[in-house]
Amino acid sequence: MSSNKETPMKTIGFVFLVCLVCAALVSIAASGLKPLQQANKLLDKQTKILEASGLLEIAGTDIVSTYNQFVVAKMIDLDTGEIVTDASVEEINRFDERADSRNLAKSSKPKNDIAGINRRANHAVVYLVNNEQGQLNTLVLPIVGLGLWDLMYGFVGLEPDLNTVRSVIYSDLKETPGLGAEVLNPRWKSLWPGKKMFNDKGETAIKVVKGGAKTGDVHGVDALSGATLTSNGVQRTLHFWLGDEGYGPFITKFRSVASEGGSN
Amino acid sequence: MSSDTKKVLFGPVVDNNPIALQVLGVCSALAVTSSMANALVMTIAVMLVTGFSNLFISLVRNHIPSSVRIIVQMAIIASLVIVVDQVLKAFSYQLSKELSVFIGLIITNCIVMGRAEAFAMKEKPGVSFLDGIGNGLGYGAVLMVVAFFRELFGFGEIFGIEVFKLVQNGGWYQGNGLLVLPFSSFFIIGLIIWAIRQWKPEQVEKD
Repeated sequence: MSSNKETPMKTIGFVFLVCLVCAALVSIAASGLKPLQQANKLLDKQTKILEASGLLEIAGTDIVSTYNQFVVAKMIDLDTGEIVTDASVEEINRFDERADSRNLAKSSKPKNDIAGINRRANHAVVYLVNNEQGQLNTLVLPIVGLGLWDLMYGFVGLEPDLNTVRSVIYSDLKETPGLGAEVLNPRWKSLWPGKKMFNDKGETAIKVVKGGAKTGDVHGVDALSGATLTSNGVQRTLHFWLGDEGYGPFITKFRSVASEGGSN
Repeated sequence: MSSDTKKVLFGPVVDNNPIALQVLGVCSALAVTSSMANALVMTIAVMLVTGFSNLFISLVRNHIPSSVRIIVQMAIIASLVIVVDQVLKAFSYQLSKELSVFIGLIITNCIVMGRAEAFAMKEKPGVSFLDGIGNGLGYGAVLMVVAFFRELFGFGEIFGIEVFKLVQNGGWYQGNGLLVLPFSSFFIIGLIIWAIRQWKPEQVEKD
């Protein structure tokens, strides 16, 4: 193939040169495009949070300024339920649940891992979405849990009573299009608002009902037809994250603070 | 455009289709054909990668030591795929979220390696580039046909625009559950191969 004679030195030199050029190409592309990529990622997250709080229509195309106007992000310690008051804005913005839950020092194994997440980050960032008067309108909590194929990432929005569901919005999943991925279908999403997460005893009672929830069932949402495992995954994810190993302690603390009359 | 150029560029669309005749790249054709938009982006991505990998490999073809040529080809292809993935993440975030895994898998798409090894190692850069683009086109043509049927009959949509109103959206059309799943592409690709060979019997393999 080559007209030149092949020697080991030449081969090594050539391979080295190819590697150098390829590495340069890849790193230029990766670092040059990074700001754009991060902006996209942030915009996507902010869009989902606004959607979860029902503000997407008001925001229109102006996601960033609407987000900055209404949303306050807080870092919390999931075990104690306390807000981490010394977390800087920078830290909160940089917080990455996926990275933390893979870091042994920053995560722990849940005792009852019904959501199938394997490890749970010690911290979480929650979003307090205010109305124009500056009062809490929606509490947006990030959730993650196993669907049929892989982990599904999303947000659940709760009304100020921290019981009534405003929305369940998935942002990142690999479910089967047309079946499991129907959790993104607007018709299915519209079944959630107004449902109650907890029963009178304070237990997580939300459920996804195969064959359709009875009319008037405040805890039941129709399961997706043809996607039993995804539907079960959604229910387990909600039960995990609203339970004691998820946002349970935070919700309890948050409620008691609110009932003492303190705003935020 | 000379007839030779035309043959290199458009030959792979029907006469020498990478999926239908060479039977390469079938795996990714299964995965990305659930919607036409995905198939189109995948087509463009594969076209660019095949075109440029052919170009670069052809440029250095006389210097590639044959003992390590496959690895050198892989390094070039892999770098290009990463660049495409990065560009997609920067300019089309939603699509990249859906396609990211499959973009990465272009590295293993046999069309890219196949053309590098079979064409670019022997031919001049210009014509190699066209061959890459042409094979991307051929791959894309099959992808788009498969995606058309899968999206239309599986989801009642074309390019995300509703054509048949689905039952779950309050319409009349019950989406075909088989076409929603990736393996249904096997049937459609099989039918496409049959149709092409009816039209061009010379493609039929001799026993």
